[in-house]
Amino acid sequence: MKNKSRIIENTVYGIFLILGLITVAFVLLISIYLIISGIPAIKEIGFTDFFFGKNWAPTKTPQEFGILPFILTSIYGTAGAVLIGTPIGIFTAVYLSKMANRRIKSLVSTAVSLLAGIPSVVYGLVGMLVLVPLVRVAFNIPDGASLLSAIIVLSVMVLPSIINVSLTSLEAVPKEYEEGSLALGAKPVETYFRISLPAAKSGIAAAVALGVGRAIGEAMAVIMVSGNVANMPSLFQSVRFLTTAVSSEMAYAAGGSLHRQALFSIALVLFIFIMIINAVLNFFLKKRKGEN
Amino acid sequence: MKNKISVKKIVSLLAAALLMVSAMTGCNEVEKKVATDGSTSMESVIGALGEAFEQENSDVTFTYNPTGSGTGITAVSEDRCDIGLSSRALKDEEKANGLKETILALDGIAVIVNNGNPVSDLTIEQIAQIYTGSITNWKELGGNDAEIVLIGREPNSGTRDGFESITDTEGKCKYRQELTATGDVISAVAANPNAIGYASLASVGDTVKALTVGGVAPSEDTIKDGSYKIQRPFVLVTKEDKELSETAQSFFDFCLSEDAKSIITEAGAVPAN
Repeated sequence: MKNKSRIIENTVYGIFLILGLITVAFVLLISIYLIISGIPAIKEIGFTDFFFGKNWAPTKTPQEFGILPFILTSIYGTAGAVLIGTPIGIFTAVYLSKMANRRIKSLVSTAVSLLAGIPSVVYGLVGMLVLVPLVRVAFNIPDGASLLSAIIVLSVMVLPSIINVSLTSLEAVPKEYEEGSLALGAKPVETYFRISLPAAKSGIAAAVALGVGRAIGEAMAVIMVSGNVANMPSLFQSVRFLTTAVSSEMAYAAGGSLHRQALFSIALVLFIFIMIINAVLNFFLKKRKGEN
Repeated sequence: MKNKISVKKIVSLLAAALLMVSAMTGCNEVEKKVATDGSTSMESVIGALGEAFEQENSDVTFTYNPTGSGTGITAVSEDRCDIGLSSRALKDEEKANGLKETILALDGIAVIVNNGNPVSDLTIEQIAQIYTGSITNWKELGGNDAEIVLIGREPNSGTRDGFESITDTEGKCKYRQELTATGDVISAVAANPNAIGYASLASVGDTVKALTVGGVAPSEDTIKDGSYKIQRPFVLVTKEDKELSETAQSFFDFCLSEDAKSIITEAGAVPAN
């Protein structure tokens, strides 16, 4: 009997191991595929022309494949979204973890989870129909589809990740720290900003990194509000992100053409960006584990 | 003992699953197939035709791969599909390479503006000037004093290709927005009082105003007699020297039959013959 249960134990272990390996295999497959299909175009176009070229014109003759506008747009857009989203997110988290009463807390938490669950196409649609006309009227520009609209949509989209992760790390701050501070005569608000937030800083950094990852990888929502023209980024201009550059042209680029290969190269660049962000995220998460 | 049974069960389940999978792949080989590949603009037309054809011939599987006109033409020349779909006429060099075009239907591209825009007629030259940026204000065209917002499709889109080649503005358009779907163009124009865009006539509803071009309103009749200029053909692409499979040939004939006409009209295009 004992022997048999060991066999089962081992079988189950084996199955789980295989399932785990499947996940790893997918990551490897995607990475290798992207690298193999992304490198040739970069080589053919030339490293400088590809990364620092300011014009993207795949249908013109001669073709031009400069992705600097996309890279800068992605960076500016993400930075803008995180700049707006981080203070709002952190203050919300501080409020929820330290000040809000239970009823408000559960209400706001539900709202935040709902916000996280809204499909990005819905963000895009609402942005397109409400935000874009609003931006047009508010800033008196001919068209509201712009980097600004994309930043606003993205900053709402990164809120849930920033709030949730900051909240968890703020709640993990040992009570003794805050009690000590209060006992020494600090006011509650002073305590939260001088003691709790610094104690939770690596968790909050992880929250921001997560927000960056969410913002830079978003395609569906920004494609609908950013106007999607390959201009060099400026706040009120129509812009195109790395993600939308791939998704908007993939369907039409002829198989095997340089154009299609260049799209793979853009995907590779995006992939590398996200890898870097993940590495940063892991760094902060590990640091937090070390602290606790 | 209980455990032993469950192991057996798992093994037999797996075996059953494997058998089922292999049975399914077995089925596919005997089925008759028509594979089409190409223009995304033709989706509604070819989809409706394929559906009707499948209904009449229940043993046939119809597939449509929406990849874009260019890719569809390449696919048929490389034998990767039976019939290529193109929303532009074949170029001379493509014909020289042994491809044959059969015009299935005509599609008008409507030039659309916001319902609140007083301008209702433009010539092709004016449209070209607007899109290349030499006219930038509606007031130059008798409209409001407001900057014209140009809305178009992404490069390589069949509609954009059609529009730019007819207005002779290829690669010169200064778009404010490049959207990836016909529906997006229409909603963007509907949302902005100073916008102008273009979209397949079949998709244009009441939310925007379709302009008359040189005094001719886009409609089935004006497209058919050629007086509405901004139109393009929907083309079935086949190989000159290669015969279609029996199934593909019967689908091809079906597309050009009398029965197909009403289907094409219903899908929003104008039957060619």
